[in-house]
Amino acid sequence: MIINSRFFNRSELIGFVSLAVLLFLILPLSLDIFRLNLVAKYLTYAFVGIGLVLCWGYGGILSLGQGVFFGLGGYCMAMFLKLEASSVANTKIQSTPGIPDFMDWNQLTAVPMFWKPFYSFPLTVLAIIIVPGIFAFIIGAAMFKRRVGGVYFAIITQAIAAILTILIVGQQGYTGGINGITDLRTLYGWDIRTDHAKFILYFVEVVLLFGCIIAAQFIRLTKLGRILVAMREQEDRVRFSGYSVANFKIFAFCAAAIFAAVGGAMFTLEVGFMSPSFVGIVPSIEMVIYTAVGGRMSIFGAVYGSLLVNFAKTMLSESFPQLWLFGLGGLFIAVVLAFPSGLSGIWADYVQPRIDRLLSSRKPKAAWTESSVADGAPAE
Amino acid sequence: MFGDYSLGDLGAILAMQGFAGLILFSVYVLMALGLAIIFGQMGVINMAHGEFMILGAYVTWMTSTTVQHYAPWLFPGYFFIAMTLAFIASGSLGMLVEWAMIRHLYRRPLDTLLATWGLSLILQQAYRSVFGAREVGVELPDWMMGSWQATDSIQIPINGMFVMALTILITIAVSYVLFWSSWGKQVRAVVQNRVMAGAVGINTEKVDRYTFGLGCGIAGIAGSAFTMIGSTGPTAGQLYIVDTFLVVVFGGAASLLGTIASAFSISQTQSTLEFFMSGSMAKVITLLTIVAILMMRPQGLFALKVRK
Repeated sequence: MIINSRFFNRSELIGFVSLAVLLFLILPLSLDIFRLNLVAKYLTYAFVGIGLVLCWGYGGILSLGQGVFFGLGGYCMAMFLKLEASSVANTKIQSTPGIPDFMDWNQLTAVPMFWKPFYSFPLTVLAIIIVPGIFAFIIGAAMFKRRVGGVYFAIITQAIAAILTILIVGQQGYTGGINGITDLRTLYGWDIRTDHAKFILYFVEVVLLFGCIIAAQFIRLTKLGRILVAMREQEDRVRFSGYSVANFKIFAFCAAAIFAAVGGAMFTLEVGFMSPSFVGIVPSIEMVIYTAVGGRMSIFGAVYGSLLVNFAKTMLSESFPQLWLFGLGGLFIAVVLAFPSGLSGIWADYVQPRIDRLLSSRKPKAAWTESSVADGAPAE
Repeated sequence: MFGDYSLGDLGAILAMQGFAGLILFSVYVLMALGLAIIFGQMGVINMAHGEFMILGAYVTWMTSTTVQHYAPWLFPGYFFIAMTLAFIASGSLGMLVEWAMIRHLYRRPLDTLLATWGLSLILQQAYRSVFGAREVGVELPDWMMGSWQATDSIQIPINGMFVMALTILITIAVSYVLFWSSWGKQVRAVVQNRVMAGAVGINTEKVDRYTFGLGCGIAGIAGSAFTMIGSTGPTAGQLYIVDTFLVVVFGGAASLLGTIASAFSISQTQSTLEFFMSGSMAKVITLLTIVAILMMRPQGLFALKVRK
């Protein structure tokens, strides 16, 4: 039985089940397809958020470059879809048929070498995982082995996000430039633009999201997760105890990168394009905002944070475009100053105790209230 | 890419581009000086630094239009008034921000990054609401236009030399204040050990507030200089913030000399490369070089030897 195993304690199980009910039943049944597609778009950021919970909340490594990995995943998927969309039949008006339209506009006559692997879907799926993974590994190995951390790591990852954006915008012939890769149509001949396809993609995404949640929970509960917390609190003691701090950090950073890349790939499928505006510094910091609002220590918090902030963003920018940035900025300052552990902190501090009291008054001496196994709340 | 030029041409190109990079260098130095005080000395990551700079730029623009309308005889010297006003405006906003927000966060440096990012969003939208989304530019007085013919092939713009001289003056003043005045000693004492500094009678809260204000004020002056190289828009500050952080980190966070050296090398590399390739590739190569060097030497060029 799940309740007795240590994988989820009771409150986490309630969180898991209620999130599943919300995402699998309530939202698909109550929203029309346009809104559901918006929810799907918001949820792609939840993948990044879960990665950030592992790497920032638990590992203490604040990366301001998650947009890089989100973008790499998204671009890998977009390259595959673009190649499929630019078959010879679709592009016969171009001077060189059979290559993506923006390459034709930029006087390229053949598909460049690094685009070639993306003719094959299995290689694309592999690339979505491996390219960001290797990239994160290189960055992580170069930095953590030299004990670069904290603020410096944040600034350097931010610089990398800036570099990649400038590169993508500058190399228009190879990347589509500032417009990104647009006009994506089919996946193996299956039109991804129809309402039906969007409905199915939503469920694919939610299943993947739960896969990520379970993977993150697994990492959190193993010894590895506890070493991450120990490292965040007292890095030197962990090092003196004989653990290789750098390797654990690299692992957390790579895991976060891969989660972000999966989110990016799903983003391309849901929204139908990918552009540098999801790669740079601003989107990267916004992704950190979602996580901070949801609660940097809570996997479910990251999901709710992405949903709520993006929902608020859409609502506010639809009705009061002037106010949106004030709202976002104010929200951010408020979360940092008043609620460092975000929504999940408010829940755990104010709502959960009341529910517990309500339940325990009916059912005293409940056996299940033992505290969670690796509850990593930061020591005050 | 160098093949088409003779050695003499290359020398002239380097010198010309070098002087063209002077204003960029000055903006970098002034931005980075403020940031080196705030980040290097206080440990606060001020992501809104670019917005403080833009505030200075807007003040300069307002001064220039006001002077043009109401006191045209003052126009040749308006820049000095504008700079003073920019310093005061950004500095006081900085002190207000320190009081309202930053002082609660000294123990959590990474959180200052997030909170000041929120502040920068608010300021950007405030600029957009007040000044409009369109970029504004200032007119320079006549004596700043034109250039000085050094040799046949080398021309040096006068406003570049002016801003350069100004930067040197401000740098000297800041290093005097920080390293020789008694207030500067108090600042460094507070940074090194807040509790002990308080125990020996230093008003740490006041020192913090004025230090932050000084850093932001210098950013305001950077904004004044910035009006000479680009037009001012609500989001222009964001373009510079990452570069500036890299300048500070590359130079070694706590070292003013390192900050100046790194601002010089970065701005010169970029403006020299810009002559040979597109601006975006020049920027990519410059940034990549910095990141690569930082990976090999994380403490920056001029690191103070400290025991951790």
